[in-house]
Amino acid sequence: MSTTPLVEMRGLVKRFAKHPVLQGIDLDIPHGAVTAVIGPNGAGKTTLNKSILGLVRLDGGRVLFDGTDTAGRIAHRARIGYMPQTPRYPDSFSAGDVLRLLRDFRGADCHTDDELIGAFDLAPLLDVPARALSGGQRQRLNAAAAFLFVPDLLLLDEPTAGLDPVASSVLKDKIRAVRHEGRSVIITSHILSELQELADLVVFLHEGRVQWSGTLDALMVETGATSLERAIAHLMRHSTIGVPDTRIRDIREISA
Amino acid sequence: MTVPLAPLAGRSELTVRPTSFPMQAAHQTAGPPSVAGTVLRHEFRSVLRNRGVLVFGVGTLMLTDIVIRLTGSAPRAMSTLLNLVLLVVPLVTMMAGIISWHASREFNELLLTQPVKRTSLFTALYLALVVPLAGAFALGMLLPLAWHRVVDPASAMLVTTTVGSGLALTFIFGGLALLIGIRVEDRLRGVMTGLMAWLLLTVGYDALVLIVATTLADYPLERPMLGFMVLNPVDLARSVIVLQSDAAALMGYTGAVMSRFLGSTLGTLVSAGGLLLWIVVPVALARRSFDRRDF
Repeated sequence: MSTTPLVEMRGLVKRFAKHPVLQGIDLDIPHGAVTAVIGPNGAGKTTLNKSILGLVRLDGGRVLFDGTDTAGRIAHRARIGYMPQTPRYPDSFSAGDVLRLLRDFRGADCHTDDELIGAFDLAPLLDVPARALSGGQRQRLNAAAAFLFVPDLLLLDEPTAGLDPVASSVLKDKIRAVRHEGRSVIITSHILSELQELADLVVFLHEGRVQWSGTLDALMVETGATSLERAIAHLMRHSTIGVPDTRIRDIREISA
Repeated sequence: MTVPLAPLAGRSELTVRPTSFPMQAAHQTAGPPSVAGTVLRHEFRSVLRNRGVLVFGVGTLMLTDIVIRLTGSAPRAMSTLLNLVLLVVPLVTMMAGIISWHASREFNELLLTQPVKRTSLFTALYLALVVPLAGAFALGMLLPLAWHRVVDPASAMLVTTTVGSGLALTFIFGGLALLIGIRVEDRLRGVMTGLMAWLLLTVGYDALVLIVATTLADYPLERPMLGFMVLNPVDLARSVIVLQSDAAALMGYTGAVMSRFLGSTLGTLVSAGGLLLWIVVPVALARRSFDRRDF
């Protein structure tokens, strides 16, 4: 395990149509750990993932992957497995086409991990057009594709959403195995009990800023909470952002 | 006197900004084999699976065949097909481009999470749009001309410029379509913008030229009109074709001016240069928008 973090984010700023989404994110993602990114809707979790991949063009700051600035580069994407929140595949593609396409970009000799294809029982679905897949089947394909090329970093955006309990536990076992191999995982989810099982580190995002980051244990000690859910509730109540202010704005949004 | 210009033309920026980064070039040699080729192969496959290109090609073929049967000579067939080249080719390309951009959004999002350069993906998208359409158009025109054996040395130049202008318009409106598709987020609004641009560059432009010419009839307008012409690829294509035929009646106002002031050869060269600019500038702008886009 190297001493430089796998991902270093420095002062990430991103605005969508003048609306700030990331407002100066500084964050390190270490090797061999599961980092849970938690925050209310619109906190910037998905944009954070997309900034690491370069899908979103930053207005400021930089992302270093394994010590190298990723601006304008694509090589680091070969080492990242991305599971988007709402996977969308071209209508004309079958599940098999999606996997074949991804393989085409890695060359014939790349190292692959087909475990999830078997564990999710995807083989019978390979000829089914992507548009005919159910939400859960699509999410299983999404997961299998993300883990396929043995990436050093997995970006999992709401990975268990839409998965049945069997598939969900398969995926959680896989995340643990990946972490055990010294690879890194960034996971966002609203199911805090699930994150509590998996996470080593917790990052709490609010309105595009890191409000709290540290180990799960430190969070529990600091907040004196018995569960991650209560700890996050504590953070929301006691952090500098102030809940009343948010509530006022929410009410205004509703009445508008 | 300032003349209101077409919005699309007013944006023409003649500098082509390179958007590639030094590291990408280095990566290309070390990376997986032929990323651009893989993208292009998939793009072509999805375009060919879509029957629109086939319909366009067969339609062009049938129309050309019928027109040759009716007119019996290449020059007359070409002047009859002038409107196919000048109006239908831009419209088909514009619509196909905007619709296929929206149809390939999922594909693009998927690819850009992979080690695929945005510039190679853009090149693949553009080529996969224009090459099949250009091929369908060229075959649709040339095959009937070949099997009716109507092209002789005298009409060869006219046939070449007609087909060449149609190809140039395909490449031009392909670039404009991608530019509009990328810039206008909403699919329906994109299609409407494309239609408006097409109308403006075909019917609207001619009306504008006529209005300017009639209101300012007392002034020597001929030379400013030449500048006007460069603002419209359809007019440029029309003048390239018409300068090769003796059908002066088909010439627009600006084409007549060009013929008188520049003569046939220089006029053709200037128009061809203008068409080339109309290919390069929208494609460069679209590429820049694609590179800066958030997915």
